[in-house]
Amino acid sequence: MIAEAGQFALMLALAIALVQGSLPLIGAQTGRAGWMALGPACARAQFVFVAGAFGCLIYAFVVSDFTVSNVAENSHTLKPMLYKVTGAWGSHEGSMVLWVAILALFGLAVASFGDNLPPALRARVLAIQGMIGAAFLAFILFTSNPFIRLDPAPLEGRGLNPILQDPGLAFHPPFLYLGYVGFSMAFSFAIAALIEGRVDAAWARWVRPWTLVAWCSLTIGIAMGSWWAYYELGWGGWWFWDPVENASFIPWLIGTALLHSAIVVEKRDALKSWTVLLAILTFSTSLLGTFLVRSGVLTSVHSFASDPERGTYILVLLVIVTGGSLTLYAIRAPALKGGGLFAPISREGALVLNNLLLTTAAAVVTLGTLYPLALDAFGGGKVSVGAPFFNATFVPLMIPVLIAACGGGMLGWKRGDLAGALSRVRAAVGIAVLVALTVGWFAGERKMFGAVGLAITAWLIVGSAVELAERIRLFRIPLGASLRRAIGLPRAAWGMVIAHSALGIMVAGITATSAWQTEKIQMMKPGDSVEVAGYTLRFDSVDAFKGPNYAGQRARFTVFKDDQVVTVLMPEKRRYPAENNTTTEAGILWTPLGDLYAVLGDRAGAEGWTTRFYFNPLVAWIWFGAALMALGGLISLTDRRHRVGAPKRAAKAAAAPAGAAKAGA
Amino acid sequence: MTRKQRRLGVVLLGLTMLGISAALVLNAFEDSIVFFYSPTDLVTKDVPRDKRLRIGGLVQQGSVRRDADGVTVRFGVTDTANTVQVVFRGLLPDLFREGQGIIAEGRFEGAAGFRADEILAKHDENYMPPEVADALKKAGTWKGAEKK
Repeated sequence: MIAEAGQFALMLALAIALVQGSLPLIGAQTGRAGWMALGPACARAQFVFVAGAFGCLIYAFVVSDFTVSNVAENSHTLKPMLYKVTGAWGSHEGSMVLWVAILALFGLAVASFGDNLPPALRARVLAIQGMIGAAFLAFILFTSNPFIRLDPAPLEGRGLNPILQDPGLAFHPPFLYLGYVGFSMAFSFAIAALIEGRVDAAWARWVRPWTLVAWCSLTIGIAMGSWWAYYELGWGGWWFWDPVENASFIPWLIGTALLHSAIVVEKRDALKSWTVLLAILTFSTSLLGTFLVRSGVLTSVHSFASDPERGTYILVLLVIVTGGSLTLYAIRAPALKGGGLFAPISREGALVLNNLLLTTAAAVVTLGTLYPLALDAFGGGKVSVGAPFFNATFVPLMIPVLIAACGGGMLGWKRGDLAGALSRVRAAVGIAVLVALTVGWFAGERKMFGAVGLAITAWLIVGSAVELAERIRLFRIPLGASLRRAIGLPRAAWGMVIAHSALGIMVAGITATSAWQTEKIQMMKPGDSVEVAGYTLRFDSVDAFKGPNYAGQRARFTVFKDDQVVTVLMPEKRRYPAENNTTTEAGILWTPLGDLYAVLGDRAGAEGWTTRFYFNPLVAWIWFGAALMALGGLISLTDRRHRVGAPKRAAKAAAAPAGAAKAGA
Repeated sequence: MTRKQRRLGVVLLGLTMLGISAALVLNAFEDSIVFFYSPTDLVTKDVPRDKRLRIGGLVQQGSVRRDADGVTVRFGVTDTANTVQVVFRGLLPDLFREGQGIIAEGRFEGAAGFRADEILAKHDENYMPPEVADALKKAGTWKGAEKK
């Protein structure tokens, strides 16, 4: 009964989405207020029905209703409750319902907070959202229906792939989708702007917070996925340049560029058509990511048993969305007249450089990801493009981005004073050079790489601090006055300083763990000891144990440092009978300076076991940095100028020049 | 600076960047792309010895042996028409077992077999890497149903 209710709700949502995608748009073209008002009403109704359907699906999973085929294939009565709930989006069908539910949530947000948007703009934005919703709802109903019944119903479900039964991964898809789908807002605003032929500061103030929300979520989602891969897959790595990882990273790169170019539109009324193009590209690459992951053209953990029909559908959708919006862009973009002029050496100039580099980097990653697929499709043989390719292409492109991240903010809008800016950041330059020389001198292996990476870290962190000190005029005016300035500083400025320093922290983690990781593989018998990076690991025993829905073997390694017991690491091998699958759980000692990472391998000989240990210096800084970066984004989001609904276009028009000048200070 | 000059500047900067990235990409393609070969390819084709490559097939039944050091593993990878001997030092993936489809990355050393430094086996018992499935189909021994 619940399943039928869910299916019916999805059908109704599709019907509503079709109305939402058409009538408000016609209303906006012909100036019919009543038709335009249908937009918000439809968005609200669509949210109610899609959320209802999603609730039905979760309910079916919670009560283990195996008459529903999707539940029978992805759940099991013995599975812990958390994974029963998250199993609802563990499958292809369920994850698509989650996709649409998040889309409907964003639609609801525009309907609820968009009262001060010009009615025509709001109607158009909601209509575009409605079209995207209709396309995905049709996709679910015709190719990936999660509510199909099974007759006869099995007594027990087949369970969820055990490596997905993990708290880190349970919330990885929702955050990722919040990011992907969140970029649909920027896309809808971009299309609406192209139809209207008008982009102004008020438009940018609407687009920025939505892009920020999406960007923060995507950052968290990617970081969670990487963290999960690190502790769950047992390879000691945190990023594999796997096509599926790249699929989420490409929209992140372009989204980051969009975030920065929208600032220029808002503050300086320039780079309008470029920003609109980035908004289109960000969402298109999000769709491309969905296509790559869902179509099964890629070999990965994510490829569910998929059928070509689905892949074709998403591919066609991708072609329509990307092709259609780019055509519209080609026709209408010349109408978007740019306003503010700027010299090459200026904050705008630095942001243009950032944008060009980020999009080039995204293009390179896309090329590396799609090349094997394209070559195979044209019968050119099977190849794989892995880490060496991306290290040789992506890393050199990112170095100038990271350097510009700090210097750019010191330049003024319109015309910057490079010499002045350099003299203000001389402390940061000095410390960065000092770090480079020290690392280059002392580090034995990979010293070039380590020196450059850590110098960039120093540059980003010290540079951001200097920038903050400049803004609050630290030590030049009394401390109390500086403090008051710090409190009065726009939250967006704080967000930027935090996010850029976080980037530095992340670079430190990436550099240290890539350059100086220690790995040891050996056979051990109980009683044997091995030394890794100053720690001594003593192999005590391997014991059998039973978990809620698995059985396994757990090893005990006592870890000593300077003859003191530090901890006991207990890596496991688990066997899940329901899913007929085995997983490895690494034993990890997390410390701020680096992780000691132990993996239990196979039995070797009578009483020996193969074991693998890593020491990963500063690796936790990667995820700490990513979390801090997202926090910076969230703080920026609380800026009162970004508060959704704050900008009023009519009031803005008169105040724009004065406001822009003030905001630039 | 006029609007036109500025635009020209940005376009030139963009083109420079494209040029740099194209150079980087071409340079990296030269030596970091890894080609896939089936065991039959290794026997019948002239396979480069100095390049990293991937091979794939089924782990031959009864072929897995461990050296005395406990961490070096030797096994045969077969597409049923031909078999190649693989040497690997390290921890095997969880789902590595005889009869399972796997992919190995490393270097081909002719008569000495294939020295792998990475073994990939997917986290699903019934999953067959597409490369392996194709290799088996080519060898005419594909038994599974056409995967949807």
